[in-house]
Amino acid sequence: MELRHFRLHDSALKFHSWLVYIFLYLPILILVILSFNKARIGSVWTGFTLDWYREFMGDTSILNALKNSLIVAIASTFISTIIGTLVAFAMNRFSFPGRRVLDSVLYMPIIMPDILMGISLLTFYVIIRFTLGLISIVVAHVAFSISFVAVVVRARLHGYDRTLDEAAMDLGANPFQTFMKVTFPLILPGVIGGALIAFTLSFDDYLITSFVAGTGSTTLPIKVYSMMKFGVTPSINALSTMILFFTMVLLLASQRLLR
Amino acid sequence: MISPALLWLLLFFLIPLGIMLVYSFCQRSRYGGVVWDFTINNYLKVSKPIYLKPVLRSFWVATVNTVICLLIGYPAAYYISSRPTVKVKNILLLLIILPLWTNFVVRTYAWMVILREGGVINTILMKLNLIEKPLELLFTKKAVIIGLVYGYLPFMIWPLYVSIEKVDRSFLEAANDLGANRLQTFFRVMLPLTLPGIVAGSILVFIPTLGAFVTPDLLGGAKDMMIGNLIQNQYVKVRNWPFGSALSFILLIIVLALLLLYVRFGGNEETEYGT
Amino acid sequence: MLNESFRSNLVYSGIYVLENVTVQVKDVVKRFGEVVAVDHVSLKIFAGEFFSILGPSGCGKTSLLRLLAGLEEPDSGEIFLDGKLINTTPSYRRDVNMVFQNYALFPHMNVYGNVAFGLRIKKVKKGEIDDRVSKTLELVELSGMGSRKPRQLSGGQQQRVALARALVNEPSVLLLDEPLGALDLKLRKEMQIELKSLQKRLGITFVYVTHDQEEALTMSDRIAVMRSGSIEQLGSPSQIYEEPKTEFVANFIGVSNLFSGYLTNGNGSTLTLTTPDGIEVKVCDGNIKQIGDATVMIRPEKIQISLHKPEDDVNVLCGKIEQVIYLGTVIQLTVDVNGRKLVVLERNYSKAPEFEESQEVFLSWDISSTVILSGSQGNAEKS
Repeated sequence: MELRHFRLHDSALKFHSWLVYIFLYLPILILVILSFNKARIGSVWTGFTLDWYREFMGDTSILNALKNSLIVAIASTFISTIIGTLVAFAMNRFSFPGRRVLDSVLYMPIIMPDILMGISLLTFYVIIRFTLGLISIVVAHVAFSISFVAVVVRARLHGYDRTLDEAAMDLGANPFQTFMKVTFPLILPGVIGGALIAFTLSFDDYLITSFVAGTGSTTLPIKVYSMMKFGVTPSINALSTMILFFTMVLLLASQRLLR
Repeated sequence: MISPALLWLLLFFLIPLGIMLVYSFCQRSRYGGVVWDFTINNYLKVSKPIYLKPVLRSFWVATVNTVICLLIGYPAAYYISSRPTVKVKNILLLLIILPLWTNFVVRTYAWMVILREGGVINTILMKLNLIEKPLELLFTKKAVIIGLVYGYLPFMIWPLYVSIEKVDRSFLEAANDLGANRLQTFFRVMLPLTLPGIVAGSILVFIPTLGAFVTPDLLGGAKDMMIGNLIQNQYVKVRNWPFGSALSFILLIIVLALLLLYVRFGGNEETEYGT
Repeated sequence: MLNESFRSNLVYSGIYVLENVTVQVKDVVKRFGEVVAVDHVSLKIFAGEFFSILGPSGCGKTSLLRLLAGLEEPDSGEIFLDGKLINTTPSYRRDVNMVFQNYALFPHMNVYGNVAFGLRIKKVKKGEIDDRVSKTLELVELSGMGSRKPRQLSGGQQQRVALARALVNEPSVLLLDEPLGALDLKLRKEMQIELKSLQKRLGITFVYVTHDQEEALTMSDRIAVMRSGSIEQLGSPSQIYEEPKTEFVANFIGVSNLFSGYLTNGNGSTLTLTTPDGIEVKVCDGNIKQIGDATVMIRPEKIQISLHKPEDDVNVLCGKIEQVIYLGTVIQLTVDVNGRKLVVLERNYSKAPEFEESQEVFLSWDISSTVILSGSQGNAEKS
C-alpha cells in the first residue's frame, strides 16, 4: 500500500532525503579524493599522486600497528563469536533462573559509553597487576563483542523453525547430529554476521584500546588517532581511505557469502 | 553453555565496574596512585563549576544532537518507507547503515579535513572570494555538533524506519477517509504510532552522545569538553583516578537511569530484535 | 463391510483378536501447563490400517500424534509400539516417521538430501541410498527432482517430498499431521486418493490427523473422533456416520437432525421418543435398551419429503418448507416443524423443481433409520 502524497510534499521529502545521503557520503568522498591530491597542505587540487599511499606503506610503525590490529581482531573475533553464539543459543532454547538478569547484563556493553569500559578495565588490570599488551586488548575486545554477537545470533534464532529440528530427530538424528547437520548450517549466516560485527568493532576500536594497550602494542586506530591530533601529513588521508576501503570490501564480501 | 559468557562478562565487565565504584570513594595519593581513605569528596567535587560545566554541557549537547538527528532523520526514514519496492527500500536503508561500518575515527577526521583552516570549505569560500581570511570552523561547538550528528544520524534513522514500516497504511487511509488532512493525519496517527521508534532512536543517540569522546576531542576546542573528555583527562593527564572514577560512575548512573526509563515506558521486545 | 464392523465390534468389546496390534496407547495423559491436551486416552491401532484421528482444533489430536512420534513425553500412561514400551524412547530411536504439517523440509538441502537424510544417519551404503531414494521418489511421482531445492517446488511437490522423506525409511508406522491442509481443494482431493492407494500398496500403518471429516471418511479404515482431549467415538467410517454415539459426533460428521426427549417402550421392538413439545419419533430397539432421557438423530438424506401423507409404518412429521437450496446433485430443504428447523436432502431426480417455499409437506423416514445417540463420552476401547 502506498502513501498518498501531494506532489509538493513528495518532492520536498525526496529532496531532503537526497541531502541526507549527500551529507553522509560527501565527507568520505572528499577524504578519498584528497588522499590522491598532490598538495601537502590545503585542499586545492594540484594533481594526482600515490605518494601518500607509498608514504604510509613504507612507515614501519604504521605497518606494525596494522599487524597488531589484525592479530587482535582475529583473536577477539574467534573467541567472542564462539562465546556469543553459545550464550545466544542458551538464551533462546532454555529457561533457567537468572535468565532475565543475564539478558540485561548482556545488553549493557552495547549501550554503555566506551569510556566507562575503558576506564574500568584499566583500573582492573592495574589492580591485578596484569601487564598491558596485546592480550589485555584482546580480552577487552571480547568483553564488548560477546554482546553484539549474541544479539545478532539471537535474532537469527528467533525466526528459526523448530519443526526442522523435530523432523531431523524424527528421522533418526540424535540431538548432536541434529545440531551439526540441521541447526548450525541454518544459523551460520547469523553467526557469520555476528563474527563480522565483532571483527569490525575490534579493528575500528579506539577509545577502549587506548586505555588498555601497552606501550609496545599500538593498534592502527591508536596510531591513526595520534597522527590526526598532531600531524598534518596527507598520508593520514591515504591511510584513512585504505581503512575505509578495507571495511567496505569486507562488508560486500560477507553479503555475497551470505546470499 | 552460558558459563563462558557469564564468566567473561563478570570478570571483565562487571567486576571492573565494581572496582571503579570503590575507587570513586578513594583518595588520590601523593604520587598519583590511589589510597583507600573513604570519602565522598570526589562526588562533591563535581559540583564545582569547572567540573559541572562539562557535565551540563554533555547533557545539552546530547539533547541538541538527538533533536537534530530526529528532525533530519524522521523525514528520511519516512521517505525510504514510502518507496514502492522492497528492493529499493533495502538498498536505501543499507546506504544509510553502511557508514556505520566504517571507522568512526576516520569519519570524524573527514570533518577535520573539511572544516579546518586549509580545509575544503575555507578553500572554496576563499576561491570564490566570499571571505578574506579563513573561518574558524574547526575546534568549535558547531564542529562538535556537526560531527556528532554525522556520527549518530544512522542510529536514529534505523529504528525510525523500522517503526514507520510497521504502521499499517490502512490506518492512514482510514484517517483520510474520515476527513483528516495530511498534517492532521501525520500528527494524530503516524506520529503516535511511531513513538516506539522515536524513543528507541533517541535512546540510541542520546546515551552514546553523553559519553562521547572522540568527536569533542578531535573537532572541539579546550572549551568544548564533555564528560568523556573530562574523565580521560583526569585519568591520563591529571592522574586523579578516584575523581575520574567518580565522574565515570556518575555517567554510569545517568545511563542506567535512562535505560530504566526506556524499559519502563518505551521498550518492547521487537525493537530489541531489530538487528 | 461385514468384516469391518465385525472386527470393530470385537475390538469394542475388548475380545482378543488375531490381528497384529502395532500401536497401543494405554490411559495416556499429557498436560501443557493448565491445559489437559490428552485426557486418559486409550486405543489400539492395527498393522496395515489407515487410522485417522479426527477432531476440531484444540481437541488434542496433534498432541496425541506427537506423543506417538516421541516429540512429547506422556505425563502418565503407556505407549507401546510393536509390543515394546516406548514411553521414554526418544523420537530418533523409534521406528516411526512423521510427515509434518508445514512439511519441515530442510531448506539448505536439495530434495535428494532431504529424502536421504534418515538413511544417511543410519549409515546406509551410498549405493543402497541411491536406489531407495530414487524408488521412493518414483513412488510419489517426483522422479528426477532430486537436485531441486525445496523453495523451488510447489506446495504439492513439497508435500510429496516430505512424504518420501518419511517413507524411504520404511517405518512400521507413518504419522501424518494434517498434511493436506495447505493445498487447494482440487489438489487435496487428488492427494487423498493417492495417499490411500499408496498406503494400500505399501501396507504401512498410517496414523492420520485431520479436522476435515470428509477427508477422514474418504481415506480411513477406522476413525477416532476426538474432543477436548478424549476420544468420543472410535469406529469405521460408516459406523461413525450411521451410528454416532453423541451429539458432538453426529454434528461433526455430516449434518444431523436431533430430537431430545423421553424414551419409552412402544409396542414390540419399537421405542418412542417424545419431545417436550410433543413430537413423537419411533426408534428401533436394536442393541440398546434404554428408557429415559435420550437424544435421537436422523440424517437429512434419509428423510423423504412429499406432499401426501405416507401410509406405511414410518416416522411422519408435517411442516412447512422454509428454504430451498439448489446444490446441484442434491436439493437441500429447510423445513419448519413446530418451530424446529429440520434439514432434508433430496436427490435431484428431475429438472423441474418439485418443491418451493411455504409449501406444507410431510417428512417421513424408516423407523430403522433413526439413531439413538448412546452416550456423551465415548472411550470406545476398553483394554
